[in-house]
Amino acid sequence: MSLEADIQQLEPEFEREADPAAQQPEAGRRLRFLVCGSVDDGKSTLIGRLLWDTKSVAEDHRAALIAKGSKQNDLSLPDFGLLLDGLKAEQEQGITIDVAYRYFQTPRRAFIVADTPGHEQYTRNMATGASTADLAVLLVDARAGLLEQTRRHAAIVHLMGIRQVVLAVNKIDLVGYDRAVFDDIELEFRAYAARLGDMAITAIPLSALKGENIVSPARANLEWYSGPTLIEALEAAPAAKSSRLSFRMPIQRVSRPGESFRGYQGTVAAGAVAVGDRVVVAPSGQTVSVARIVTFDGDVPRAEAGAAVTLVFDRKVDTARGDVLTAADATPLAGRDFTATVVTLQPDGLKDGARLWLKAAGRMKRVRVAVDEAYVLAAGHWSKSSALPVNAIGRVRLRFDEEAIFDRFSDCRDTGAFILISPQTNNTVAGGMIADLAQAASDGQEQVTLALPRDLAEFVLGLPAVKARRAEIEVLPDR
Amino acid sequence: MTAATARLQRTDDSIRSSRLSPHIKALENEAIHIFREVAAEFERPVMLYSVGKDSSVLLHVARKAFWPEPIPFPLLHVDTGWKFSQMIAFRDQTARDLDLDLRVHTNPRGAAEGLSPLKHGSSYFTEVMKTEALRQALDAGRFDAAFGGARRDEDASRSKERIFSFRSPDHRWDARNQRPELWNLYNGRIARGESVRVFPLSNWTELDVWHYIKSEEIPIVDLYFAKRRPFVLRDGMIILAEDERLELWPGEVRQEGSIRFRTLGCFALSGGIFSEAATIDDIIDEITTATVSERQGRAIDRDEAGSMEKKKLEGYF
Repeated sequence: MSLEADIQQLEPEFEREADPAAQQPEAGRRLRFLVCGSVDDGKSTLIGRLLWDTKSVAEDHRAALIAKGSKQNDLSLPDFGLLLDGLKAEQEQGITIDVAYRYFQTPRRAFIVADTPGHEQYTRNMATGASTADLAVLLVDARAGLLEQTRRHAAIVHLMGIRQVVLAVNKIDLVGYDRAVFDDIELEFRAYAARLGDMAITAIPLSALKGENIVSPARANLEWYSGPTLIEALEAAPAAKSSRLSFRMPIQRVSRPGESFRGYQGTVAAGAVAVGDRVVVAPSGQTVSVARIVTFDGDVPRAEAGAAVTLVFDRKVDTARGDVLTAADATPLAGRDFTATVVTLQPDGLKDGARLWLKAAGRMKRVRVAVDEAYVLAAGHWSKSSALPVNAIGRVRLRFDEEAIFDRFSDCRDTGAFILISPQTNNTVAGGMIADLAQAASDGQEQVTLALPRDLAEFVLGLPAVKARRAEIEVLPDR
Repeated sequence: MTAATARLQRTDDSIRSSRLSPHIKALENEAIHIFREVAAEFERPVMLYSVGKDSSVLLHVARKAFWPEPIPFPLLHVDTGWKFSQMIAFRDQTARDLDLDLRVHTNPRGAAEGLSPLKHGSSYFTEVMKTEALRQALDAGRFDAAFGGARRDEDASRSKERIFSFRSPDHRWDARNQRPELWNLYNGRIARGESVRVFPLSNWTELDVWHYIKSEEIPIVDLYFAKRRPFVLRDGMIILAEDERLELWPGEVRQEGSIRFRTLGCFALSGGIFSEAATIDDIIDEITTATVSERQGRAIDRDEAGSMEKKKLEGYF
């Protein structure tokens, strides 16, 4: 067990009695986590058990569940699937269709669980659930051991930037509470996770059906286990680390209620800003001083990551939505070519050379996507590829028509994440994470984009010199 | 009193703001981000204002999101004509106090037919006076984004709804083909006639709403607080008997007791609960130990299985 996990276990023992603030659910930050499991790992039972044992199921819902009958087990518990499947279509089909969000709390902390389906399309749904999560619970059936599916879930979770995992070894009662079975699974998982990279792991033997080591410990049957219950591990888990970068704030909106006030609205993405700070407006590079930090509750001297504020500068600057305010000493990556990792979300997948809309922190830009590699989940490596099917993870290059600004996703989530949108359907076709600046296209030719009225464009295309090199010209449709 | 003068009369601003827990502050920051995103990307947003506690919170966060600029879009109240009279008085007072651009719409067809939830059934009444009325008002205003105060913890079908929830030109919600929603990046691209319903309070729970109302001292309709009030028991629901529109059925007796309401809508469809919770602290205590869900008193959710989901498919908020 890692040192970090050891420290986390001690924390609740000290705080539970001593700190009166810890008794209030609003005292700490809410933890967002997702639960990943294959179809028969008991995911619904686990989440149902968490809600049930933390008394988060209201009496009328309890009554409705019990009225619908308990075909799942003989412990007079309801069918938790009925509690969790939110849509009528799901209840009829008995499968979860889409990501659902559940809310529960203990005396120490409030939680949001992303409940993601474990069957087909899990990559897309897991990526969605993982995008806002601090931690992932990976479910393993103690009888089956580590499955291919578990490894895939761990890989996706790691790719999405989650660095805390609870390995929940479920159905431990069905292997006779055998410590050797648990130890083998934990060891095998740690060996696999080490290949993925940095990841803090807490392994817990439990039985979701019997409620052992979920909210209540199972001392009698698991006397060899001295670690936390699931709920203790969740209560003690730190919220995802905020960015290490210095100040970043994408401008979301310019507020001009009258001539006398011009405010730049946005949410601080990294670092902090204080009145008097000099900040750089990217990409233009102008430098301004922060004159005021305005909020409804009065001006504040300083704002930190996560705060939604309005900044007023010491002088007028030419800047708009989509520009990024940054610390003077640490400017973001700027360029026209970037490398990124994407997860494809729609049946058509992603084709090499696709021209799409890219939305990132306050910006909507045209981008051309070149597909380089696809992640082979089964084998755990990357392989050359020029197209990605749905539910795939790929490495791509992004080429913008004009200079774009990003941070590496690993440095800052809010300025390193993006979504790709189809100009045809307007649907979100992929989610992506910036890896780095790319080498510019190697042909060495300069490209110029002209936006012309249709008649003028036709005239230009008709010129003999242009006609002769028509193959090198790309005509974009009207937006 | 305008919003600006109301602000000038307040003191203790820094203390007020520091009273929010990190958890609630994070929820507020998220909601502000969502408001600003819509105001920046859409041409004609509107905020659905239902006068309830969630709407009161939504309105408060909207003011915070744009301050010192006034809220840059109108508010819309779909009035069925059967709301609690206290709600209408509170609505008009709020609009005056905060100098709001409030628009009220009632379905003229239903009003002309004299539609009543007591005579025509809650299901048909809701369809015409709420769902159809909302569609009329959204079409008439050519609104491309509509904010609502719905939360994911309210109902099972809401737990899968996106923060930006896409609607076809006929306002339908396709639950099974929703746009994926990752990080805090919301896809607001739509074609002409299509629209988006936006839920800035998606991640709030009922308890979060009450803690926020308390910390921010947000005014709410008095019916949320327990008081001795006249009522009748009908189909197991506690119906407020203060209104002359309520005709007693044979055998029904007007009673009196300490009751309050957890959700507010049409007075004949919103059941109260027996309660002594006369302050926000009492209410928070009551909810923390509550054994029934918030919408339990709502007649319209019980009409049939998957009731909320069905209404939402048709365009209900």
